[in-house]
Parts: sequence; structure tokens; C-alpha cells
Amino acid sequence: MTIINSLKYYWNVKLTGQPFLAWQRRQAESHPKISARWRSDILSPPLKIAARTRELISRHYLEGRYAAGHRPVAWVTSGAPVEILQALGFYILYPENHGALCGVRGAVVELSGAAENAGYSTDICSYARTDIGSVLSGKTPVGRLPPPDLLLACTNICQTVLHWYRVLARHFQVPLILIDTPFVYSKLAEHSLEYVKIQLENSIPAAERAAGRKLDYRRLKEIVQLSKDATELWQEIINRGHQRPAPLSVFDQFIHMAPIVEMRGQKATVDFYAALLKELDENIANGIGAVRNERKRLLWDNLPIWYRLRYFAEYLGEHGICVVASTYTNAWGELAPFMNTQKPLAAIARTYISPILNQGTGYKLATMQRMVTEFQLDGIILHSDRSCKPYSIGQIEQRNRLIQEFDIPALLLEADHDDPRAYAEAQVASRLAAFVEMLDD
Amino acid sequence: MEIAALGIDVGSTTVKMVAVNRAGALVWDYLEPVAPRVSRQVDDFLAKLGAKIGSLAEIPLVATGYGRNLVQQARQSKTEISCHAHGVFQELGHGGTLIDIGGQDSKVIVIGARGRILDFAMNDKCAAGTGRFLENSAARMQIPVAEMGAVALTATEEFTITSTCTVFAESEIISLLAQGVAVEPILMGLHRALVKRVAAMVRSVGLVPPLLLSGGVVKNPAIRKVIADETGEEVFVPTHPQLMGALGAALFALKLAD
Ligand code: SF4
Repeated sequence: MTIINSLKYYWNVKLTGQPFLAWQRRQAESHPKISARWRSDILSPPLKIAARTRELISRHYLEGRYAAGHRPVAWVTSGAPVEILQALGFYILYPENHGALCGVRGAVVELSGAAENAGYSTDICSYARTDIGSVLSGKTPVGRLPPPDLLLACTNICQTVLHWYRVLARHFQVPLILIDTPFVYSKLAEHSLEYVKIQLENSIPAAERAAGRKLDYRRLKEIVQLSKDATELWQEIINRGHQRPAPLSVFDQFIHMAPIVEMRGQKATVDFYAALLKELDENIANGIGAVRNERKRLLWDNLPIWYRLRYFAEYLGEHGICVVASTYTNAWGELAPFMNTQKPLAAIARTYISPILNQGTGYKLATMQRMVTEFQLDGIILHSDRSCKPYSIGQIEQRNRLIQEFDIPALLLEADHDDPRAYAEAQVASRLAAFVEMLDD
Repeated sequence: MEIAALGIDVGSTTVKMVAVNRAGALVWDYLEPVAPRVSRQVDDFLAKLGAKIGSLAEIPLVATGYGRNLVQQARQSKTEISCHAHGVFQELGHGGTLIDIGGQDSKVIVIGARGRILDFAMNDKCAAGTGRFLENSAARMQIPVAEMGAVALTATEEFTITSTCTVFAESEIISLLAQGVAVEPILMGLHRALVKRVAAMVRSVGLVPPLLLSGGVVKNPAIRKVIADETGEEVFVPTHPQLMGALGAALFALKLAD
């Protein structure tokens, strides 16, 4: 850590950048402008909170730009137990979130191409290719990513991250903490929990070395509480989709979920979701739904198709269809009950062994069955994601069972969450059109 | 001839047009290769029909098929899935499972007892499992497409083609031919490779008998035989296998006429 870097950080982030972003947000709030491309005929106006979402995300990447040399930096997987690193003062970067942002901004083909040219196969997850390509080429739509001092990978989402983070460790020559979370086939075993907890304990000295300070357990408890508060709020927000019309579509959730993924454990995140919930409640009171003329309600399974969010929202919206629930956004809410400040490490172990992708396919099926009833759904779209094998496995069987049990149509759509080269719009459009006709049949 | 409604199916290789009377019975049909300017082609169709029966101005037209949105004369457009299901149900009077293998895509549609679509599946994002797969292979072996089924059926043995990818299958054929393997067993293997893809789609939606086949490949006897082999079901072909989509569209148009 150097004084020069800290001065740069304070000047660019605290003194100029953050005030500017706040001013920009206030401008947007006081003079709300709806983009000319917004389909006001079918969708309700964008939520007011959107200005704050933009501010939070920009602030996060702005901090990242100047973090190197001022704060310790960690790169982590989306399901990593970040609370410990937050308590140690790390700036935390989520390459998967960065990958999603690259997807939305249309940068994946170029970045992934850089990884492919270096020999990485197109069969590897597009998040990994995008990240490795960004590291190798130094390119990113956010300006600059801070190199890590520490890597933290948790296998609770897939095995790809294990190999991906080893590549990063070799490239950056920094320590990698690996938390191995045994797969939960049906019942969570105590010895699995104990095994994860021991790994967490053992990882602390390495994290402390990279941070250059000791872990303060009081601070850790505070952060776990903030994580829990934000996660509970997010779950409540998702459950507001029980309302008819639903005040938030999953396409909105995909955007507004960024803070719960990459800024868990921060006070600003809790405040943000409290404000979002308040806005939704106002809209519910005024009968405002995300889709103006909501006639049908759907479930979305698997990751979003980041580069075509607008297309799906508009195409379905045109037909009065709102996608109100998704297993993906739910994954960041459903863990709230496990978080507990009394025994933080045991609670962290339980939380991070329980994500949907670390449980048997029956668990996801049960989640979808519950959602169909609770959200009163008329159909299901299952995105079969070329990249994300753990999320896509079992979908054919899940689809058939849901059709049989509920007698509603379910569509399996082949695409990739980040790589538009694995997506054929004409094919998707013809399936989607037939599916929409079936919903009306 | 009494015409109450018109349907048009603009596919990737052919355009089909049909007319139905008030009872929904097919009274006129026309089929030709798709032209680059679909809208003009439809105008010609309409002129031909108009010359026969007089003004068509009040008669509703519904379009379906890949090019359905190019038909400016249509009052409405509907997907091939809905139209095929509708057309087949009208012909049969009951439900079943329809396999439609077209030039550009193939689909399986399960039709319920009252004509509702219960489920459907379409081929992946490539030409594997479509008519194009056979067309390409036929060209490689210099056998006319129209004859390849009959030739395949004369085979006394069968070579397994492992690639369902159109491009890879072509290289497999080249190497088999170079090894001196006869054409017939290769052809039989190609039919099997194609049908296996389609049979997997049938399994994914669950077969409800009877099993029907439509689309351009119905004229190919080997396809019918191999589908029966792979699914264990007898294969029926509707009276107008290439017109099911257009017929369904005309039936939707008939609803608009009411
Ligand atoms: S494979 Fe799936 S879980 Fe793993 S990094 Fe990629 S998208 Fe995430």
C-alpha cells in the first residue's frame, strides 16, 4: 500500500468520483427522463430506484479502478463467503458480475475471443472465458480492474471455478483460498458442515496475511448481520411478485440484483433494498405492474441471457406476459435464514453449502413447483444454458414433470447466458411465438 | 368453388397456399418454390385464384411458416406449430403426435384429444435432424434426393454414421466412399442418424399415438420405415402432408371470417 495510491484513491473516488455520481443520480431523480427506446406502451415507466442502482454499480467499479495499492483486493466467485474478506477491509471484485456486465454491454465476443486465441476452449463457461480474456487483453468496458492480492473460490456453484481460479492464481502469482463445499444430494450432513467450517477457519490466516491485518470478530458479526438484512429484504422484494399485477419483472430483478451479489455486507446495500421495497409497495398500492396489461405470468429458470434482456422483456410484454419469478434471483434470497451472528463461522458454513447449485436436482424441481403455486404461474421458460452445465442438467426431466403436474406449458430455450454466438434469434423467436400461442390456447 | 378463407405457409424451400370452404374443407391448393420476393409471389397467387373465382377482397388470409411476416396481404400471422396442429386435427378428428421434417427445421407436436397443443419440440440450432442433412449427403453421393429413400431401402447392410452434424457427416461419407463402401448401406446409416435425432425429440415430449409424419420428407419411404423402427409405432401420413401448415392457417382465417 503506498501513499501515492491512497492519495489517488481519495482524490478520484472520495473527493470527485463519488460526489459526481451522487450528483448524477440526484439529477436523474429530480428530472426523470425516460429513454426514447423505452416501450412505454407495454411497460410501466422504469423504477425510480434505477438511478441508485446505476450509482451503486458505477461506484463499485470506480472504487475498483483506484483500489490497487490502496486497499487489499480480492477476486471471488459469486457464491464465495465474502463476509470474512469484507471484515478484513478487502475491495471485492466478482468476475462473474463483471462478465454479466460485459454481456449486457456486448463485449463478450471480443474478450472471450482473446481467451480462445490463447487456447481456452469454447466449451468452457463464457464467464470464465470473458474473465480470462479480459485479464489477458487488459480490456474491460469499466475502464480498469484492480489486480487481486488474494483469490477466493468456492465450489458451491460449479467445478469450473476451481480450474478458472487456478488459472488466475498462476497468472497473478497470488494465493488462492479454495473452499470446497460437498454436494448436498438430499440431506445436509453435519460432517459436511464441519468440514466447510474447518476450511473457513484455516483460511483466515492466509486472508489476514494478504490484508495485512487481523480479523476483528465484532466487525465480522456486524457484516454478517448486514448481509442477512440485505438478503432478507431481497427475498421480500422477490415475494412481492405474488401480487397481481407483479410490480417487478425478473428482467428488472436481473438488473437490480447486482448489489446483493457484489455488495453483500454493506450498509448502502441494505438501504438500497429498503428503498426498492418501499417503491414497490407504493406501486402495488397504486395498482402499477411492471407489464402494463399483465395477463399471464411466467417462471424463468437458469441464468439470464444478458445480451437480450430487453428483447425478452419487450416481446413478452407485448403479449401481456410478465415473467414474475426466477430460480436464479431467488438463489440470493433464500439463504437469509441460515445467516446468524451468534456463531458466525458455523452460520457462514451453513449458508454457503446450501445454494441451489450445490443441491440435488430434486431441490430445484421442488423450488419450481412451489413457485408455480405461490406466484400463480401460467407457464415456464427454462433457459438451457450452453455454459452453465450444473444449472442446466436435469431440465428436460424437470420440465416434463412440471407440465404433467400443473398442466401448463413449459419451454426449453437453448442459448448461452453470455456468449451471443451460441444464440440463434430466429430459432428462439419461432419457439417463443409458438409458446405464446400455447399460453393463450 | 366456394372459398371462405385462405392460408399460406411460407417455408424455407416452398410456398404453399390453400383455400377452405365454410365447413373448413380444403377446396384449392397451390405449391411452388419460394421466390426471393415473397410478397410479390403472394400477389401472383392471389391473382391466379382471383382469375378463377372472382374477387378475393373480403376473404381473410392468415400466414404461417418462417416467412410469415413477409406476407403483407395477411390479416394475421400464426406460428407453424399452431397451424400444423390445427391442420392435422382437422384432417384426423383426433389428437396424436406429429413429426414434421422440413428443409430448415424439424418439429414434433403433441396434439391433445380436443386439438389443443400439449407440447412441442424443435431441432437444435443447426441443420442436424432436418431435411437439409439428407439433401447435403445426397449431393455428396450424387444421388437425386427424390430417389435416396428408395435406394437406401435396397441395402442389405447398414453403416453407422456417428456424426449428426451435417458438415462432419459429409467427411464421414467421403472417407467411407474412399474405403470402397457401397452407397446403399451408407444411405441407410444416414437415414438412421437423422431419425435418431428426431426420435430423441419425440421422447422428450412423450409420444401420444397415432404417430403422423408431414413435411417434404414424407415421400421418402426409408424415413418412414426408420421412424417406425426407432419409435416402435406405425407411421401414418395425412392425405396432404405438405399442406398441413397452410390448412391450419386457413382454418385460423376462417375464424376471422366469422
Ligand atoms: S459454469 Fe455456471 S455456475 Fe459456474 S461460473 Fe459458469 S455460470 Fe457460474
